[in-house]
Amino acid sequence: MLELLPLDWAWAIVLYWLILAGTGLLMQSRPRLITGLVFPLGAVGALAISAVGLMGLIQPASHFILPIGLPDLPFHLRLDALSAFFLVLLGGAAFGVTIYAVGYLRGMERGSLALLAMWYHLFLAGMTMVLLADDAYAFMVAWEVMALSSYFLVTTDHDVPEIRRAGFLYLLIAHVGAVSLLLCFGVLQGGAVANASAYTFDYMRNAEMTPFWASAAFLLALFGFGAKAGLVPLHVWLPEAHPAAPSPVSALMSGVMLKTAIYGLLRVTFDLLNAQQGWWGTLALALGLITALYGVIFAAVQSDMKRLLAWSSIENIGIIIAGFGLALIFYADGKGALAALAMTALLYHSLNHAFFKGLLFVGTGTVLHATGARNLGRLGGLIRYLPWTAWLTLIGALSIAGLPPLNGFVSDWLLLQAFLLTPGLSQPYLNMVIPVAAATVALASALAAYVMVKFYGVIFLGQPREPGLVHARATKWPERFGMIWLASGCVLLGVFPTQVIGWISPAVLLLTGQSMVNDGNWLTLAPVDADRASYAPLVFLAVVLVVLLLTFIIVRKIYHGRVRRADPWDCGYPEQTARMQDSAEGFGQPVRQIFESFMRVERETPDPFDRKPQYRGDSRDRLWLLLYAPIARLTDWISDQAGRVQHGRIQWYLIYSFATLIFLLVFVTR
Amino acid sequence: MNAGTLLQIAQTLLAIALAPLLLGWTNQCRAWMQGRGAPPITQPYRTLRKLFHKDAVIAHTASPLFRFAPYMIFACMALAAGIVPMIANDLPFSPAADAIALVGVFALARVFQALAAMDIGTSFGSLGARREMLVSFLAEPALLMVFFTASLISQSTELPHIVETLAHKEFAIYPSLAFAAVAFWMISVAENARIPVDNPTTHLELTMIHEAMILEYSARHLALIEWAVALKLFTYSALGIALFLPWGIAPAGDYAALPLALLALFVKLAGGGAVLAFMETISAKMRLFRVPEFLGTAFLLAVLGMLIHFLLEV
Repeated sequence: MLELLPLDWAWAIVLYWLILAGTGLLMQSRPRLITGLVFPLGAVGALAISAVGLMGLIQPASHFILPIGLPDLPFHLRLDALSAFFLVLLGGAAFGVTIYAVGYLRGMERGSLALLAMWYHLFLAGMTMVLLADDAYAFMVAWEVMALSSYFLVTTDHDVPEIRRAGFLYLLIAHVGAVSLLLCFGVLQGGAVANASAYTFDYMRNAEMTPFWASAAFLLALFGFGAKAGLVPLHVWLPEAHPAAPSPVSALMSGVMLKTAIYGLLRVTFDLLNAQQGWWGTLALALGLITALYGVIFAAVQSDMKRLLAWSSIENIGIIIAGFGLALIFYADGKGALAALAMTALLYHSLNHAFFKGLLFVGTGTVLHATGARNLGRLGGLIRYLPWTAWLTLIGALSIAGLPPLNGFVSDWLLLQAFLLTPGLSQPYLNMVIPVAAATVALASALAAYVMVKFYGVIFLGQPREPGLVHARATKWPERFGMIWLASGCVLLGVFPTQVIGWISPAVLLLTGQSMVNDGNWLTLAPVDADRASYAPLVFLAVVLVVLLLTFIIVRKIYHGRVRRADPWDCGYPEQTARMQDSAEGFGQPVRQIFESFMRVERETPDPFDRKPQYRGDSRDRLWLLLYAPIARLTDWISDQAGRVQHGRIQWYLIYSFATLIFLLVFVTR
Repeated sequence: MNAGTLLQIAQTLLAIALAPLLLGWTNQCRAWMQGRGAPPITQPYRTLRKLFHKDAVIAHTASPLFRFAPYMIFACMALAAGIVPMIANDLPFSPAADAIALVGVFALARVFQALAAMDIGTSFGSLGARREMLVSFLAEPALLMVFFTASLISQSTELPHIVETLAHKEFAIYPSLAFAAVAFWMISVAENARIPVDNPTTHLELTMIHEAMILEYSARHLALIEWAVALKLFTYSALGIALFLPWGIAPAGDYAALPLALLALFVKLAGGGAVLAFMETISAKMRLFRVPEFLGTAFLLAVLGMLIHFLLEV
């Protein structure tokens, strides 16, 4: 009997998505069928792929050769625990987002809906193939499919000039990164030009490399995958591209696509290069911490809700890369158990981020649909008009702020525990400095709480800042269901960490050679040693709920529940208007003032006698001005110079050809 | 129900019951030092009783979040009080949350407080929320550094283990802890909205932080928040005692030491309250944008403590 391995299922689902992509395009005249059939079927595929991932985690790695691709290099596919973990992440988040998209995309214009359906499923297929690819060629093809389909998804509303510009920037940086990856694979195959099989990952895994070339490969991989993940200073495309896309696409890009870069980084560094040198980790740790801090500071001063979330993704990627650096440092130092702890933390955080960032992005999608506004200055008070969205988004906001007992706290906690174990390292100085680096992680997560209070408070709480907001109406069921799925993911990942870590452990084992030791029971998470640290979120949650209930009952029983409604008091000031609340800029002001050296602030303050005062404060990314603007100017200058020789007159072009010919002849005849 | 669970519940209830007393004592000391007539030590209880009996007045624009937040804040503080070893060291609940989780509990309460403050949509509410979050994101990393320094000695972030190591295993004076203690004092002042960071007795718009957030609350909701504030001060004091003056806390299983431990706790808390009142009397409230410097100093002191641990104590 033919036995189907998880890998067979996985590529069958890829095929299924490709068929759906084609079907979506053909159904251009039937928009109801696209939202009613194609997207739900796509969501089923996502659910199936996460089930495949769960199977793949417990089964041994399997190979398969797909007879397409280059003549002497067919597509090698492989499903091991690492790919399987990321498949679970992809499927879990994509299921919720796709179900949400069923409701969200209704009423979209036909032609672009059909195209969107095609690119969306192609995007899912591309990301899955990235995770399955086992040779450089298949990997790069899948990587490009993913990059291009997401480019077309970003530019769905391509009649808006800013969106075209954002799409171009994204495409540019994606390709600079891809070139770097291509070079990285070239280095990894170690100069065996004649042999096409040298481009399989299996060959690279066993290739002997000198430390110099290994470091070169690592740096190229860090650059290439960093460009995709949004590592500072390659992050500039992210706050432009993510807000430009439709909300479900933003959710997928932030939640899942960034993680494929993390996957690639882990695959190349730990699996192919075997993480040889400790200084790689130090570099990654430093870059990760800078990214985390940079991202969260800019998130705090944004006034566009999707841009704020995009910056917050940069922060989370920074935390993940910092965890990656820490795992590398431990691994290179021979501390397998500690590397396993850091690795667990970083994989856990990747999974968490897929869920809470997906939830927050689709939440902003609902707000955008209901109000038509993306700017925080035009929102407010929506908890009264969109209660479902508001309460579900609250779960996401509390999770991302790293508050117990939700999921963001678990991975933060694991990472901090890993930082605390660095005194065990054998290098002097490093073991003293790294615990201080933990404070940066703590600062970033405390700032994330600030950002989330701003995000949630300004959108959902307070009074509506525009009169039209009172007409914002509730969502449809598919949207709600998608959000409920993602929100319950946040809660369950937060409350059952020991089980989740049990699932992740094959992937951790594959990468670090050890799995994380849990010294506690099924309730208690206790890495390394129960005497050292432990955390039991379920007990925690139960106690909070019991105390809440007891307090409520006692207060009501002994006293009373009488309530009188009145106007807000506000120290007795009678003429309150919605414009007196903090605006998004106002809420971000302390952060802007404290971290002013990070950004260039442009202010326009009104004259005291102005009858219609306007205030504008714009915080710009200094790195854009320092790094990118000169490159852009140089490119412009070069193209201007090159333009001089182009006149559009045929005589001149003939002369150019003639001169080139003469020039070449000189070489040939010599 | 075993003895440990009983002890756990007793300790938490004790903290909840005694928290307003500490606040009353501090207010009394401060009045004496400032040459005013002192209110009775039970004044906070009377205030709570008065508030519980009143009808709640809630703004038209309030959402359910606004009414839910006081209960949540109170529950978080009760939970925090359950984690910190106050009189006994074997608390069955404490493996559920270590020092880092304790920081998380305080953060959870604070986020709910700030969200509730923004809920009505008044100018003062969001002003208070913004300032509170500012103080907290500066204080939180510093607090974690203090915990890290303390945990380096005992190799554990579990509070009972830290206490056990410092109080019962190794009677030594740690210079690193001296730095951490000063840092912890500064952080507690900021986190508990005391002078010089905030002034709990003012409603002046330029200066208030915590009070601005709770302006819209009344009656039982206000009572719960006020009680939670007292409980937070109590828990922070107990935390400071557990980390830096743990002598006297009863070791695990030693029930005969409990009365003495209770007495020690009273003495230490009374001393701490008096010192707090003294510090509040001699210092003035600082400008809001001086607070980053203040907390930055606290952070650096904690880091210095950690480096000293590596240089001298390893």
